[in-house]
Amino acid sequence: MTNDQEGSQLLQQEGHAERLTSLRGGESANLDREIGLKLFRDMTLGRRFEDKCAEMYYRGKMFGFVHLYNGQEAVSSGVIGAMKLKHDWFCSTYRDHVHALSAGVPARQVMSELFGKETGCSKGRGGSMHLFSKEHHLLGGYAFIGEGIPIALGAAFSSRYKKEVFSDENSDSVTAAFFGDGTCNNGQFFECLNMAQLWKLPIIFVVENNKWAIGMAHNRATSDPEIWRKANAFGMKGEEVDGMDVLAVRGAAQRALERARSGDGPTLIECLTYRFRGHSLADPDELRSEEEKDFWAQKDPIENLARILAEKGFSNKNELKSIEKEIDLEVNDAVEFALSSKDPDPNELTKYIWAD
Amino acid sequence: MTGTLLFNALRDAIDEEMARDPHVCVIGEDVGQYGGSYKVTKDLYEKYGELRVLDTPIAENSFTGMAVGAAMTGLRPIVEGMNMGFLLLAFNQISNNMGMLRYTSGGNYTIPTVVRGPGGVGRQLGAEHSQRLEAYFHAVPGIKIVACSTPTNAKGLMKAAIRDENPVLFFEHVLLYNLSEELPKGDYVCSLDQADLVKEGKDLTILTYSRMRHHCLKALPQLQEKGIDAELIDLISLKPFDLETICKSIKKTNRVIIVEECMKTGGIGAELIALINENCFDDLDSRPIRLSSQDIPTPYNGKLENLTIIQPHQIVDTAEKIVRKGL
Ligand SMILES: Cc1ncc(C[n+]2csc(CCOP(=O)(O)OP(=O)(O)O)c2C)c(N)n1
Ligand SMILES: [Mg+2]
Repeated sequence: MTNDQEGSQLLQQEGHAERLTSLRGGESANLDREIGLKLFRDMTLGRRFEDKCAEMYYRGKMFGFVHLYNGQEAVSSGVIGAMKLKHDWFCSTYRDHVHALSAGVPARQVMSELFGKETGCSKGRGGSMHLFSKEHHLLGGYAFIGEGIPIALGAAFSSRYKKEVFSDENSDSVTAAFFGDGTCNNGQFFECLNMAQLWKLPIIFVVENNKWAIGMAHNRATSDPEIWRKANAFGMKGEEVDGMDVLAVRGAAQRALERARSGDGPTLIECLTYRFRGHSLADPDELRSEEEKDFWAQKDPIENLARILAEKGFSNKNELKSIEKEIDLEVNDAVEFALSSKDPDPNELTKYIWAD
Repeated sequence: MTGTLLFNALRDAIDEEMARDPHVCVIGEDVGQYGGSYKVTKDLYEKYGELRVLDTPIAENSFTGMAVGAAMTGLRPIVEGMNMGFLLLAFNQISNNMGMLRYTSGGNYTIPTVVRGPGGVGRQLGAEHSQRLEAYFHAVPGIKIVACSTPTNAKGLMKAAIRDENPVLFFEHVLLYNLSEELPKGDYVCSLDQADLVKEGKDLTILTYSRMRHHCLKALPQLQEKGIDAELIDLISLKPFDLETICKSIKKTNRVIIVEECMKTGGIGAELIALINENCFDDLDSRPIRLSSQDIPTPYNGKLENLTIIQPHQIVDTAEKIVRKGL
C-alpha cells in the first residue's frame, strides 16, 4: 500500500473528511462581487488577527489560554455575515475572537481585551475566553463547555417574548449559538434543542465540527458522529454543510434565518471544519496526523473563496492582495492601540461586581 | 381582618410586580398550569399567559441559563427552583453566569434575576430535599442572598428582589409557607440588605435567619423568665451581611450567639463569626458561639431529624451559660 492509500484509508475510517464527499446539504448562497469581497475581507481579518495573536502570545504580550480559530473562518463569516448586525444576537465559546470580529466588534477592542487593557471590549476583566459587547449584541465568550447554549436560548426567548407580550413586530431577532463537536455530548445541548423546538424559538445552533475536542477524536466520544441528525430526535430541521466553504455555510444560514424569522423555529447546522492550529496555543498538538492536517490545509476556506472570486471574474489576485494589506494595517493598528492603552485602574478592581 | 399566608404573600408580590412591569416573567417547573409546587404562582398563568409564566421541562441548568440570557437581553426573570436543592444542577449557571458575568463582561451586561424556592429542613423529606444551599452559594461573587421569614417580609423582600438590578437568591422555607399574618396595606418594599431587629435586649445578641427566627422567638420568653434580656436579630440578608446592625448590637450586649439551620462546617455562622472577630473583637466579653445543624445528611427518621437541627431548648441553655458563666 502506498502512503497515499494508507492516508486516505485512515481518513475514511474516521469519517470526518469522507463525509465531505457525500453531504446532503442544500444549495450554496448566491455570490456577487460585493458579498464575495465582504466575506473575503471578514475571513481574512479573522485569519490575520489570529496569526497576530499567536505572534503576540509567543512574544509574551498575551497570557492565559488562547484558542485560535484558523481554518474555521468560513463558519463565522458564513453565518454572522448572513445575519443583521446589532439586531441579531451571537453567542460564542472560549474560541471567540473571530466571532466577535464578524459581529463587528472593532479589532482594537478585541486586541486590547487580549492584552488585558481598559480599552478592551470587556474592560480587561474578561480576557480571551470572555469577550463581550452589548453594543454589538455579542452575548459573550463562555469558557465552560455548553453553558453558552442556554444563554443563547434566553436571548431567543426574549425575542419571541417581546414580539408577543409587547406586540412588537420589529422583535424578529435571531440568535446564533456557536459551539464545537465535543459540546454536542453535553446535556445542555440536548436540553436546549428540546426547548428551542418545543417553543419554536428563533435560534440557530451552529456546530463547528472540527473533529477534535482537545485530544478526544469526535468518533471516540459520540455514538452517532453525524451531529446534524440529532436534530431529528426533536423534530427539528438539521443540516450538514461543508464548513470550509463559506458560500455553503451562508446558504444554510440563510435558510435557517428564514425559518427563524417566519416563526418556524430553530435549526441545527453542522459545519464540517478543521482547526489549523492546536487546541490552544499551549497545546503540543501531538495526536493529529500530518496526513489529516495536510488534507484539510488543501481546503483552506479563504483560498477557496479567492479562487471562486477569480474564476467568476468578481475580483483578481491584485485586488485581494491589496485587501490583505489593508487588513494587515488594521491588525497592526489594533496591536499599537492595545500596546499604548492603559491597564485598568487598580482603584477600580471591584467595579462591575454590582449593578446599581 | 384575616391574615395572609406566607405563600400567598409571595404570590401577591409576584403578581403586583408582573402587573407593574411587563418585563417580569416566571420560569420553572410546574409554575404555570400547576401553580407552583407550593402554589406561589397560583393563577398567574391564567392571568399573564404561557410566555410570562413559562412551564419548563425538567432541565435546571438549561432553564436557569436561559433566564440569564433573557435577563441580558432585557427581561427580568424569576426562576423557581421546585425545591432549592434541585438548583445544585444549575450551580454553574448561578455561579459562572449570574454571579460573575457582569464583572467578566466589564459591565456590558446586568443580570436582573431572582432565583427563588423552598429550602430548609422540612418534615421527614429525606436528605436530598432538606438542603440549605445558602451556605453552598455564599462564596459566589456578585449575587445577593436573602432569606424571608414572615409573610410581611416575604412580600416586601420579594418585591425588592424583583426590582433589584442584581441576581438575587431568595430562600423560602418549606415549613413557613403557612404562617399567617396581617400584611401592611398598599405597595410596600423591604430593604434587601437590612437586618430586622426583632426584639431589643441588653444581655446578649442572637443572630438568626429563616425558620430559626421562630425557634429563637420560642426561646425568648423562657430566657425572660430566667431574667435574661436577649436581643434578637433576623439577618434577612445573608449576602452582604448588614454589619452595621450586627456590630451595633454586639457593641451593646457584648455577647453573641448565632442560630442557624445550615450545617456548621462552612456555614453562614462560620463566615459571620469571622466577620465579628474582625469587626467587633474588642466589644466581646465572651467568645461567639454557633448553634448549627449537624454536619450530616438529614436523616429521614423524625427523632433523628430533630436531633440534626437546633431546638429552642438548646438556645435557652446556651444563652444562659454564656450570660451566667461567660462560657
Ligand atoms: C465544563 C467543561 N469541561 C471541560 C472543559 C475543558 N475543555 C475546554 S475545550 C474542550 C474541548 C471542546 O471541544 P469542542 O466542543 O469540540 O470545541 P473545540 O475546542 O473543538 O472548538 C474541553 C474538554 C471546559 N472548558 N468546560
Ligand atoms: Mg471540536
